[in-house]
Amino acid sequence: MWRVGTVIAVHDETATARTITLEVPDWPGHVAGQHVDVRLTALDGYSAVRSYSIASAPTSERRVQITVERLPNGEVSPYLTQEVIVGDRLELRGPIGGWFVWRSQQIEPVQLIAGGSGIVPLMAMIRSRASAFSTVPFRLLYSVREPGAVFYRDELRALSAEHRSVIVTYAYTRTVPKGWPRPPGRIDAVLIADSTWPADVGPTCYICGPTPFVESVAELLTASGNDRDRIRTERFGPTGGRK
Amino acid sequence: MGIISRGFSGRRTPTDVKLPPGQYLTTDFPVLSAGPTPHIPLDKWEFVIDDGKNVLRRWDWKSFRDLASENITVDLHCVTRWSKLGTSWEGVSLDTMLADIKTDGSYTLVRSYGDYTTNVPMKDLLNKQAWIAFRYDGQDLAPEHGGPARLLVPHLYLWKSAKWVRGMTLMHEDKPGFWEGLGYHIYGDPWREQRYSGDR
Repeated sequence: MWRVGTVIAVHDETATARTITLEVPDWPGHVAGQHVDVRLTALDGYSAVRSYSIASAPTSERRVQITVERLPNGEVSPYLTQEVIVGDRLELRGPIGGWFVWRSQQIEPVQLIAGGSGIVPLMAMIRSRASAFSTVPFRLLYSVREPGAVFYRDELRALSAEHRSVIVTYAYTRTVPKGWPRPPGRIDAVLIADSTWPADVGPTCYICGPTPFVESVAELLTASGNDRDRIRTERFGPTGGRK
Repeated sequence: MGIISRGFSGRRTPTDVKLPPGQYLTTDFPVLSAGPTPHIPLDKWEFVIDDGKNVLRRWDWKSFRDLASENITVDLHCVTRWSKLGTSWEGVSLDTMLADIKTDGSYTLVRSYGDYTTNVPMKDLLNKQAWIAFRYDGQDLAPEHGGPARLLVPHLYLWKSAKWVRGMTLMHEDKPGFWEGLGYHIYGDPWREQRYSGDR
């Protein structure tokens, strides 16, 4: 069943990513981590559908936010990040997915690890924790190319400044901010040891990002003693190497 | 027809390519998995067919690889909407693996290392429709794509082609597997666009 959402706000997160807020009168509610299908239709009836993670916490306001990263040869993402304006209507289906989710009834510590735009469903979990007044310990390890590629920067800064809130660590892979202590590089065993919950506190780990990133981080987490059953992953894009 | 998206024209698939509804072509090979990739040493690998009570057949890697294999070229359709055409695999036909088994079970639950499961009707595994594949594009199947061996049942959405397979249970009644229990369609025919539970 396709629902109609009206764009009520757009906000550029970075030079290539935009958050779109939709008002969906018959939205049934969602759980942090789920996604929606978005359908675009051309004048002649041709349509294209892509899935996007929901960025917003479940609320009663019938609002859904998605953050879309523009892909160089994308069909739908250039339209969503460059063409869409307030007042446009978009068709949605969902919410979809029941595995890569965090529910506010969960009480164990949570480790979030994001690669690039993989932050989006994890941000929904962070926002869901806040809106449910959960005090469950959350940590986020967020790997990005460069400081300008960070989504939700101000909100994450405000959240991590609060007492007993989310502990945020950035890992920059190409360019670091001035005076940053760690040289640019991928997440490695040292960073996992320093910036994630120790395995013995039994965290549930959510990893989202490009396939090679998720493969590498999941291996590091299991190598540091995390139970494989406690690691949930969401991958996007092709595997490295062979095309 | 849906609501017209102002200013959207789209990038169409060449008209000589026929894809299931709602799919687009890719030349990449994206990956969808729910957890860490298991790494199974070949000397520990086995594939077991049971009926829920008794083991009916069991292969280790060597006896499995001694079975006659075939080269297959098939199109893949993922529920996340990409399709990849003309992929080349080597595998053992399920016709071969199920040949000596007498059963009146009409359904199977395919089991994987890492506890993934998916349900596939028996009729969809027979008559040259399904294989246990161990090579892709001329090379041993990489772990992230399901190696050492995965089910290949290309006429259904790709989540049915379970990675890292370790066996299957023959059943009298259909029973949802992992994704089927989490909102995805019980059967998953891409040509009827059976993506999510509730799709006809």
